[in-house]
Amino acid sequence: MAGFEDLSQAVLEGDEARVVEVTKSLLDSGVDPLDVINKGLITGMDRVGVLFKNNEMFVPEVLMSAKAMNAGVEVVKEKQQAFDMPSLGKVVIGTVRGDLHDIGKNLVAMMMESSGFTVYNLGVDIEPAKFVEAVKEYRPDIVAMSALLTTTMMNMKETIDALKEAGLKDKVKVIIGGAPITQEFADEIGADGYAPDAASATELCKQLVEGREKVGVPA
Amino acid sequence: MEYKPVKTFDELAVKSLDDFVYGIAPHPVTAKNGMVIGGGTVYPEINLTLPPMNINESTMPEVRRQYAEMIEGILKRAKSLYAPGIIVEVELLPETTMTPQWGIEINKILRDKMYEYENKYGLKSLLRCTPNDTREIVRPPLMRRGELLENMFTTFEKCAEDGADILSIESTGGKEVHDEGLVTCDIRKVVFALGVLGVRDMRFLWSRIVEIAGRTGSIAGGDTACGFANTALALAEQEMIPRVFAAVDRVATIPRSLVAFEMGATGPDKDCGYEGPYMKAIAGVPISMEGKTAACAHLSAVGNIAACVCDMWSNESVQNVKLLSAPAPVVSTEQLIYDCRLMNEAAADGREFALKMRDWLADSDSSLDPQAYVLRPDVVLEISGELVKEKDPFLATKKAAALAVEVIKRGVEKGELNLSAREKKWLDIISSQLETIPDDEEKFWFELQKELDLNKWRPEEYDLEVAAAKAASAK
Repeated sequence: MAGFEDLSQAVLEGDEARVVEVTKSLLDSGVDPLDVINKGLITGMDRVGVLFKNNEMFVPEVLMSAKAMNAGVEVVKEKQQAFDMPSLGKVVIGTVRGDLHDIGKNLVAMMMESSGFTVYNLGVDIEPAKFVEAVKEYRPDIVAMSALLTTTMMNMKETIDALKEAGLKDKVKVIIGGAPITQEFADEIGADGYAPDAASATELCKQLVEGREKVGVPA
Repeated sequence: MEYKPVKTFDELAVKSLDDFVYGIAPHPVTAKNGMVIGGGTVYPEINLTLPPMNINESTMPEVRRQYAEMIEGILKRAKSLYAPGIIVEVELLPETTMTPQWGIEINKILRDKMYEYENKYGLKSLLRCTPNDTREIVRPPLMRRGELLENMFTTFEKCAEDGADILSIESTGGKEVHDEGLVTCDIRKVVFALGVLGVRDMRFLWSRIVEIAGRTGSIAGGDTACGFANTALALAEQEMIPRVFAAVDRVATIPRSLVAFEMGATGPDKDCGYEGPYMKAIAGVPISMEGKTAACAHLSAVGNIAACVCDMWSNESVQNVKLLSAPAPVVSTEQLIYDCRLMNEAAADGREFALKMRDWLADSDSSLDPQAYVLRPDVVLEISGELVKEKDPFLATKKAAALAVEVIKRGVEKGELNLSAREKKWLDIISSQLETIPDDEEKFWFELQKELDLNKWRPEEYDLEVAAAKAASAK
């Protein structure tokens, strides 16, 4: 009979049909659904995360793995209606006021979702007040901001200041990224972290929700 | 409304590999001050931008000061190094395009100082003005109407009236779909974004830019696939997507970027359009390119090969930050001048030396990355020769992608190009995706619209009807 290792491998290979087949087989044989999720599906995605971080997988391949994993989760949900997929944490993400460059931000959002975070993607050109509003509404663990231009990166500080004014800065971790951004800039404006790419951003979020403070991910 | 091309390209403008070299274009462009681009000399093109700062009414005095400082330093260094002439490009930012007055002021600060150096010291120069494509600020964007569009055109017009010599843009029509195609490596979406949406948008935009240039006596330069294939280049450098996908994407941008010239632009083409050599081969226009001297802006895999057939040599963009020797725009100017000096010196000794220099530039990069390989002058001529046989831009885009795959595969087989196994497998994936694209554009749109997020862009802005809307209106 196929086991957790087969399921994990099928997720890694992005083989959706195989993931569905093995998940069904495991559930039919009486395996605990939570074990199917944690020891099979999530283990597979964890392996994907490592390979992606090491530049051994491309984004479309990661997305195929995530799609395969989600197909497995759906099978679990069908079998067990009350089942809730565990979330690693909630992230509110957007590009700052004046910045329209969103492919990097969208990649970060996709990679975070693939890793198990619940992501609220606000879009582009987000006013500080809108970030504040989203924090009040979604109560995220993390606020992630991006900027590509040297003339818009300054708006990150305004957003952090707006969160402070609203008394929310201590309730969330703020991370930033984008081509002109550096760890020094993050420190200067009072962000809790900086990540140079999508893989590092996901890792940084994992570290932050685990409770570590000020953990910049090296470029 | 249909925007019809005023030119078509049925045959190559560059007739042989020996005529395909830097500094010389089949159709050189002469500016008002007599500078000739593509007439034998490669000129530096310096692009400058602001350091980290906000742009608003209160910071505008500092913005003006920054531009004044940059242009003074650039021209002074160009004069000191006996540059044969220089092109200055100002890529206006969203704020300085949306508020035309600010863009116009910056344009004037630069142009006045350039006139001054020309009159006082005989340093000839041209100003390329590139307003920002601000249409995408509203999501989903309004591509053909609205205040953002009108302000953008006002910026074009007034800057041209105030002396901008060359007009360009990095247009973004179809970018939403292309972005989606890139992150999922879906060549179907890429072909649709470039060959249908990009082409339609550029026809609209360039009909107006060419008209403004004609009315103001400026030169309609060219566009770039910056928002498209350069995004792919950046993602490939970060190993997010395969390099072969970025290379195929680059070649697929050719029919789209060619639209500017079909609508009446004359070049010089825009620096960050790495598909420029194809524009030169097909339309015969002079081109600006960027490579190793653009490392101040981004990493690329085409640092040398990009210079093979350039007529202007650019740094992409550099912020006004202080380096040990001088502010960065001044440093970039010096680097560009020396690069151009070397190329011009080789050419001065005879065509065979220019060709030798070209081949060194090509050979030093082409085996290391498929994005460089597709810029080899012989490859450019081969693919261009096939593309001019195809009249329909959508079919040409599909054909371009297929040709790129074929050429890359052949390069690997011949040992001319090194590719890792995980890269190679993507060539077959791209091939099989391409085979599913029908030859009928209407049919393709009908098929694809079910897979696209129509909340991110407006089909009607590209004269496309959504099937459900079509069915409803037919009732």
